[in-house]
Parts: sequence; structure tokens; C-alpha cells
Amino acid sequence: MEVLLIGLLAATLRVATPLILGTLGELFAERAGILNLGIEGTMFCGAFVGFVVGGATGNLWFGVLAAIVSGIFAGLLMGLMSVRLGVSQHVSGLGITLLLTGLSLFGFRLIYGEPRIPPSIQPFTKLSILGQVPILGEILGQYALTYIALALVPVCWWVLYRTNFGLQIRAVGENPEAADAAGVNVFLTRYLALAIAGGLMAAGGAFLSLAQLGAFTYGIIAGRGWVCIALIIFANWQPVRVLWGALLFGGVFALQLRLQTLGLKLPYEAFLALPYLVTIAALAVAGRNATYPAALLKAYKRE
Amino acid sequence: MTRLKIERATAPLWVRPLIPVIAAVITFTLTATLVILAKANPLEAYYHFLIAPLSSRVSAIEVLVKSTPLLLVGAAVTFAFSAGYWNIGAEGQLYAGAVAAAWLGTILGNLPALIAVPVMLLGGFVAGMLWALTPALLKIKLAVDEVVTTLLLNTVILFVVSYLLNGPWRDPVSGWPQSPEIASSAMLPRLLPQARLHLGFVIGLLVIVALWFILSRTSLGLKMRATGLGMEAARFAGVNVNRTILTAALISGGIAGMAGVSEVAGIHFHLIDAISPGYGYTGIIIAMLGGLNPFGVGLAALFIGLLSTGGQTVSRALGVPAYLGDVVQAALLLVTLGAFILQNYRLRWVANEPRSSSPLHAASGNELKPD
Amino acid sequence: MPAIQMLGITKRFDPVLANDHVDFSLEPGEIHALLGENGAGKTTLMRILYGLYHADEGEILVDGQLAHITSPKEAITLGIGMVAQHFTLVPSLSVAENVVLGYTRGLGFDPLAAQQNVAEAAARFGIKTDPAALVRHLSVGERQRIEILKALYRNARVLIMDEPTSVLVPQEVNVLFETLERLRAAGLSVIFISHKLNEVMAVCDRITVLRQGRVVGTVDKTETSQAELACMMVGRETFGVVRHGEHPQGQVRLRLDHLNALDNKGLPALKQVSLEVQAGEILCIAGVSGNGQAELARVLAGTLKPAEGRILVEDQDLTGSDPSRFLAAGVGRIPEERHEGTIGELSVAENMVLERLDDFTRNGLLDRNLIRRHGEQLIAEYQIKAQPTDRMRTLSGGNIQKVVLARALSGKPRFLVASQPTRGLDVGATEYVRSKLLEQRDQGVAVLLISEDLDEVLALADRIAVIYEGRIVGVIPTQEASLEQLGLMMSGACPQGAARGGNS
Repeated sequence: MEVLLIGLLAATLRVATPLILGTLGELFAERAGILNLGIEGTMFCGAFVGFVVGGATGNLWFGVLAAIVSGIFAGLLMGLMSVRLGVSQHVSGLGITLLLTGLSLFGFRLIYGEPRIPPSIQPFTKLSILGQVPILGEILGQYALTYIALALVPVCWWVLYRTNFGLQIRAVGENPEAADAAGVNVFLTRYLALAIAGGLMAAGGAFLSLAQLGAFTYGIIAGRGWVCIALIIFANWQPVRVLWGALLFGGVFALQLRLQTLGLKLPYEAFLALPYLVTIAALAVAGRNATYPAALLKAYKRE
Repeated sequence: MTRLKIERATAPLWVRPLIPVIAAVITFTLTATLVILAKANPLEAYYHFLIAPLSSRVSAIEVLVKSTPLLLVGAAVTFAFSAGYWNIGAEGQLYAGAVAAAWLGTILGNLPALIAVPVMLLGGFVAGMLWALTPALLKIKLAVDEVVTTLLLNTVILFVVSYLLNGPWRDPVSGWPQSPEIASSAMLPRLLPQARLHLGFVIGLLVIVALWFILSRTSLGLKMRATGLGMEAARFAGVNVNRTILTAALISGGIAGMAGVSEVAGIHFHLIDAISPGYGYTGIIIAMLGGLNPFGVGLAALFIGLLSTGGQTVSRALGVPAYLGDVVQAALLLVTLGAFILQNYRLRWVANEPRSSSPLHAASGNELKPD
Repeated sequence: MPAIQMLGITKRFDPVLANDHVDFSLEPGEIHALLGENGAGKTTLMRILYGLYHADEGEILVDGQLAHITSPKEAITLGIGMVAQHFTLVPSLSVAENVVLGYTRGLGFDPLAAQQNVAEAAARFGIKTDPAALVRHLSVGERQRIEILKALYRNARVLIMDEPTSVLVPQEVNVLFETLERLRAAGLSVIFISHKLNEVMAVCDRITVLRQGRVVGTVDKTETSQAELACMMVGRETFGVVRHGEHPQGQVRLRLDHLNALDNKGLPALKQVSLEVQAGEILCIAGVSGNGQAELARVLAGTLKPAEGRILVEDQDLTGSDPSRFLAAGVGRIPEERHEGTIGELSVAENMVLERLDDFTRNGLLDRNLIRRHGEQLIAEYQIKAQPTDRMRTLSGGNIQKVVLARALSGKPRFLVASQPTRGLDVGATEYVRSKLLEQRDQGVAVLLISEDLDEVLALADRIAVIYEGRIVGVIPTQEASLEQLGLMMSGACPQGAARGGNS
């Protein structure tokens, strides 16, 4: 039982890591007033670019960095479509997801051909912070990226609530007309928020290919981006709540994995679907009162 | 001194239908980079991509086969978008229809095809409708954003399918995660000898015509367009906006469900978890490329069908990864959307204004904003 | 040297010439009114000065220096601040955050320090506020003071106020005027956009009058009178429409019974409104904007459900009904915002049938011939410059209003509610709309006209009901009404009329 629990907690942190990174990214985008449905593709692209560059250079951190750069470009592309041109955020976001997924798969075929088993690399090793200390040592023996993701939660809070840039993000997401009138560059702020968002999302994808799997597969993201879209609502657009939400989602996922390996005859799909259904139910309960950033989905135009 | 100035000007009417063409040219120019990366000649690649598929009977028919589900999902998305309901869930509704088809197909074995096939289509329609029902009700009753709910339900149904295929419906003989084959009377009849083209293609074309007819010739269509183009004004004018949205959402789900039937009963004959490579999302591309115009949507579906087939042709001929097709589709969507906005602007050389000594005149590109 | 000089400013919004070679000059330490009717070009001129629009021609000099202002940020740097009619505050942020937003340096943001700074600035200019409060909890007057504070915090020396009193109750107007005079004493200049003569005379030093995009003249307050200003502003003395005779007592077509309604923020907007409108009369709802008129119009259109009370149209209880039932009961509606009533991407003919779709439908199919003929007929009858197949958005404001009018009247309404039907229209279209309303009255329709234009009210109404803070404070026959009395009632100063609510 104890072993089970330790494994569960360790797995929860691991599963939650890409969700934390992706949702923090989406948080920046949505607080600035942009629903970025490009998240699924950006994470996929991050996983791919991270894997390729990490493998090619032999330095996994270069891979992470390259993934982040690719994510920034993805965010800027989203900015071009939804901020500059004012195209519907739904459609441009989905378009970017499709584009980045297609590009990554194209690149994958180009580099690796059609391998029968997915190519793999030696992934990140887990840190052993408390070394051989029982229980805690095992739970806290996580990848560095997991610790970075956890540390990013207060950092993101600080950026949003304790910097001028964060104040501007919150303002353009709530009332861009007001922000503009106060002298805030709405377009620049949104571009920057989207760039940060893209970098975080892509880092989440890179975690999967460079740490958790050490490989790149077609199904590597498998809807995790959409989970982040759900999580952000669940978290009510608050950074700290993102952490709790991601841990909860991660916990449910880890639990079903454990139960499966124990050979329990449970329809594990029901567990997997649960977070989605809970989010829909939460939306239904919150209904009109969900505190969406007021300018979400609205392109800002000067007259 | 002159400088380039961007100013707002509505493009002449004849430009509008040209925009997808211009966008296609820009897109193919951009994606030529990928072809070069794949060490192929772009012109040669585009020949295999766009022309070769149409030059033989077999591959030309294959284009129509590929277009079949696209016609249906394109029409489904257009139906919802026209009424201002952002149904991102065609993918899930397609799977719901596919599940229904896989189930009905195994229990209708004793009925003649004349009855079984319509029942299959109807069953898929109803299943798609039911899968679309919850988000639509949440939208009109509780004002819950349909984008997120329909999107999330797409993933949920994948788990349902996965459960069915790994549990009760797993093939008992091979152990593959696929449902038992449907009865032959429930299969959609083939249209041509020695080709996979099936009745679904005709149904797709009929649905496109029906879409046009409903949107432009019926009271429901006018109410849908009014709701989609100006919800408050429609409500003011006495249109029952909620009922209109619900109707549009359900019909949209139903048509997407029929796309699922078409794939199960026309191509695969059993349910597999990869029954759709994202047709529901492609449907959004098609609806936008077609400018929500039914015939534009029909053409866009055929064109995307060509791109999908062409991707494989170019892959076989030149070794360029077939995913080129996916990239071109997505890039085409983004470029077209951008082009539709940019048509409202034009570039003009103007005499350079005398600038003040103030250092503050930088960044005056603010006028490039859509209206 | 003038603080601001605007020379030969021209701005064209095709096809309208919003500013036509406008010259304007502002001295340091003066309150200068920009006076004119709706659409005279006052706001456009000031939006150019504040960098929100770019002038097609002309120059701006700030303190004698040529300035090229292309964004509000540059205007702010030059010491120009603007308080727009619609406040530009972020409701979910605090007062302090709103004030410092866009005017901060460095990386870090310290909420407590920001509150401290804002509190000091507010004290320096004698503005009372709580820097930690969320803006969404503030009243309109308080929000306006935050807007002023925002400009002052950015070291504005020129403050543009766009119709600042239109949203204020009288006590708040007094607070505003005191604030402005304090600022003038501190050496600031204020540009005061208004169309209200008494306010302009009360607070301003000089007055520049605009009419149809042109400057009519600039005068000193001491050398002019309200009558002269009115003349300059309007440029004509009379209206082109005449109301014939007094209406006979008709049957009651509309009865509102103790109606309460909430606005879209959930605050009470209509309080115990009881009214009756008879066949063959025009009852005008007069009042300063934002006192519940919009909600009253929406309740009568069926798009806002009242919280309490009853709506009776010819003994049919329509309380809580949908717009379609209002239409079926013979209610014609002309909405306040024209885009609220029409759909720009649909054709003119389609817009014209939208309210009575069932009459143009057979077995669910549109009767397209009938729709086209209906469109052609109304276009001819109402002299609309359009084809039936034209997209609605290609029409001018006057023609759009004619379409709205044609649609409402083609349904042969027995009761008509018109909300600000002439706002923003040119003179010709205005007179056309007014004559149509009178025609309806003469044909025995009961008309409820909501208007903020007192001249229009006096010209058209048989009876006038004054609304103030969501209450009907009095109903008086037009021949007994004086401008002064109406003005007092509209500002809430004359509650004794309340006893005469309803149809006595």
C-alpha cells in the first residue's frame, strides 16, 4: 500500500508537469484576451523540436531551448493571425494546431523515415535531491523540468501581479480600449503574452519527449493541450489554482495507470474521461458566472 | 519623397472569389520550402500533388473517396457556423455516428439493404445529434461557451471508442481492437466497379445541395443567417434565437454523424479508433475556405480531398512525406483567412508628409486594423 | 502663447466631412467649451488632438511647437489628457492600478506603493477616492473622477472632457464643476465638449461653436448669451414638422403597471414605472441619458424581461413575453441603436421581412418574390436610397433608419415605441422621421417616444413623462410644460410631479 502510494505521488508530479507548463502558457494567452487553441500543436511541435535538437546536439537542454524558441514562433504566428489581422481566435488557433502538427510530422518523416519502433534518446535523468531517504526521496526524485515547472507557478503569479508587464496583460485581457487609452500598447502586450505562452507550452511538450518518454511518437501529446484548455477554466485563470488543478488531473491519470498495472478490471477510460466531464460540469455550474477575462475572443481594433 | 501607405479600401466585388486562388498561390510558394528540404523539385512535386491524382481513373476516383467524409463534415461545420454556433465538435459527432453505424451494422443483418442503409444513416444522424446535444443545451440554457465543451467532448468519445474496442467489441478472433464486421446489407453500395467510391459520396453532394437550399430558400435558413450575423438584432426582430441555434447545432451534429456512418459502412466496415484522421477539424478548414458558402464548401471539400490524395502521390513518386498535404491544408486556411481580411486594404504610394521634430512619430502602423 | 493650436484640421469619414478646416486655440488656464449638436464634429476634433484619429489635413501646435500626434501615448507625453464619454477603465482592477496603468517605469509593480502614490496625487488635486477599491464597485461620478485623476497623474496640463455631465446626476455635476475650477486655478486648461448651453455658460471662459464640421465662431462667455449660442449651434430656429391640434381622448393602448427592471449589471434601472399611452397621442419620455430609457425601450421591445410589474397592450398581458409576441400584439419598435435592429450582412429586403417572417413563408419556404416585392414597395414608399438586394451595411445612417421605420410601420402597429429615432441623423432624415411619427399619431396609433432632445420632445409630444433614475417623476401635458420645469424635473429637483404619474 505504501509503495503504491509513493509511486502514485511520484507519478502524479510527473504527469502533472506538462499540464502545468501548458496551462501556465494558456494562462498568459487568455489573461491577455486570446484563447490560444494552437496549444495542442505548439506542444506537439515542442516535443518534436526538442527531441530532434536534443538528439542532434547531444545536449538535452539545447533541445528544451530549441523547443521554447519554436513555441515562441508559434505564439507570434498566433499573434499575427488573431492580434494583427483579427481573425477569429477559434479558427486561427485550430489552424495553427493543424499546421504545427503537420509540420512536425513532415519533419519527422524527413529525418527518421518510417521507423517500426519510435526513435529514442537517452532522456533526462531524475534528480535525487534527498538521495536514498525513504519515501520523500522517492517522491521527490523527479526531473529537473518538473521542479522548474513547479517553480514557474509562483514566478507566473509574480509576473502577473507584481510587474508592470503583468498589470498590462491583465488590463488588455479585460478592457483593451481602456488599456490603449492609458497608453498601453495593446498589440505589443498581446504579442509578448502569446510568445511567453508559446514558449511554456512547447516546453511542456519537450518534457514529454526529452524526459518522460525519451522518444517521439505520433500520439505523444494525445489531447494534453485540450486538457490544459479545460484546466484553465477549472483554475479560474489563477496561477496557483493551475497547480492544484494540474495535480488533481495528474493524480487521476496516475491512479488509473496504477490500477491498470494492478490488473484491476476497471474501465480505465472512464477515469481518463473523468477530468473532461468534470470540467464540463464545472462550466455548467459556473455558467454565466465563469470569470472569463472580459475581452477573451474579442479582437481589438482601433477605430 | 514618397512612402508606402496602407489604407482601408473595400476590394471590388470580383476580387472576392479570386482570394482563395491568390491564397493558394501564396501557400504553395511558402510550402515549396518544405519540398526543397525534402530534396525534390517543387514544380515536379506540385505536379504529382495536384495534377497527377487527376490524370488516372483510379487516383481521380480516390480523390472523390477522400472527399466523401469531407463534404459531410464541411457541410456540418458550415451549418453550425452559419448560425453563429462554433461547433468544434464535428470530430466527436463523427465518431458518435461511427459507433452507431458499427452497432447497427451488426444487428441489421437480416434486413434488406434498402431498409438497412437508410436505418444506418438515420442512426448515425441521431447519434451525432445526441453527441451534439449537451453542448448546445448548455449554450442556450446556461450560456456556456460551446467551443470548449464541444472540443472536450471530442476527446471523451475517443475514450468511449477505446473502451468499446478494447472491451465488449474487441475482435474475438484476432484480438485486434476493432469491432466485428458489419453485415453486407448494411454496407453502403459501391458506385463504380473495382473502386471504393460508395453511396456516401452522393449523399455528401446531396447534403451540400440541401445545405444551400435550407440556407437560402427556407425560413429556418434566414433565421440561422440572421442569428449568425447579428444575434441581438435577430432576437430583437422576433427570431427565436435559442431554438434556431439548437436546431442548427443538432443538424450539424447529425450531418457529422453521417460522415461517421459513411466511413464505417462505406470504407472500413468495422469501427477502428483511427476511423478519422481529424476530419472534424478539417471540416473547419473546409467551411472557412468555402467562405461558409455551400458550393464554396463543396469545392473546398473536393480540393482538400485532392490535397490528401496528392500528398500520398507525391510521397510515392518523390519521397516527399505525405504530411505535405496536411501542412498545405493548414497553411492554406491561415493564408486565406489573412487574405480575406487584407482585401479590405490596399497599398498606395503617397507623398511623404513633413515630419515634426518630435521624436515620437515612430510606430504609426496602427491603421492596419480590420474593421 | 496658446497651450494648443489646431490649424485647418480636416477629417473625412467617407462620405462625411467630419471636420472641415477647423481652427481651434486653447489658452493656458482657461476652460474652453466646444459646443455643438450631435454630429457637429466636436468629438472627432478632440480624438484627433488625442491621437486616436489622424487628421487628413492640418497642423497641431502644442506650446507653439509643431506636434505630430499619432497615438494617445504621444498625446500624454505632450501633457494632453482625455476623459472620454465612455470611461476607459478596467473594472476588475483597482483604482490605483487603473491610474498607474501604462504610466509605470521599470519591471516591478508594487501594489502598495502604487496606492500610496495615487493617494498622494488625489490629495494634491483634492479628489476623494480609495485607491485600493476595485473600479467595478464605484459609482459613475467616482469613475469619472478616476479618469480625471488618471490624466492628472500623467502630468496633463490640458484636459479634454467629452460631454462629462451627460452621465452625471446634478450633485455630481456640481462636484465636477468644483473640480474643474480647482484645476483652472492650478493653471490647467480644460476643453469641455458639450451641447448643453447652461453648463457651458456656467463653467467656461470661452466657447467655440461647431456646426456640421465647421467652426461657426469663438466667443467670450461675457460677451454672449444662451440665445446667441443656441442660434450659432443650431443655425435654424424652427422645426420642419408641425403637430396638428390636440388629440381626443382615445382608448388606452399600452398600460405599464408598477414595472421594475434590472440593467445588464443587475442594478435596478426601472423603478415602479406606471404609464398609459392612448390611441392617437404621442407620449414622450424625456430625461437625461442613462436614467432607465434604454431599459424601458428594451422592456417594450420584449428583449428585457421586467423583474416585477405588468405590461398590458390592449388588455393582452405581455409581461415576460418574447419579441415575437410583442410583434403579434401589434407593437412596432424602433430601437435606439440602429445596428440593434438591422443586420448588416443581410440584404435590405431580408431585413424588412425579419419581423414578420411567417407572412413571407409558405410551408417553411421563403416566398422570394413576395419578399422582393415587399422590399421594392417599402423602398419606394419611404424613399430609401437602396436596392432590395443591397447589403444593409452599405446604407447611410438615414437610410438605415428609414428601413427600420418602414419595417416597424409596415406591420401596421397599434402601439409604436421609438427610442431616440433621430439621433445622429442629418436634418432631412430627422424631419422625415418626425413627420412619420406624427402621421402615425394622426392615424390613431399610440406612440411612445423616448428622446433626450427636449426640442424634439416639445415639438412632437402630446404629453411628456419625465424619467429620472428609473422613476417617472411626472407626466404633464405639453401645453403646460415649460423648458425650465422640464429641466428641473429631469435633474430630479422637482419630485412633486410624481403624484401625477400615469394617465390622470
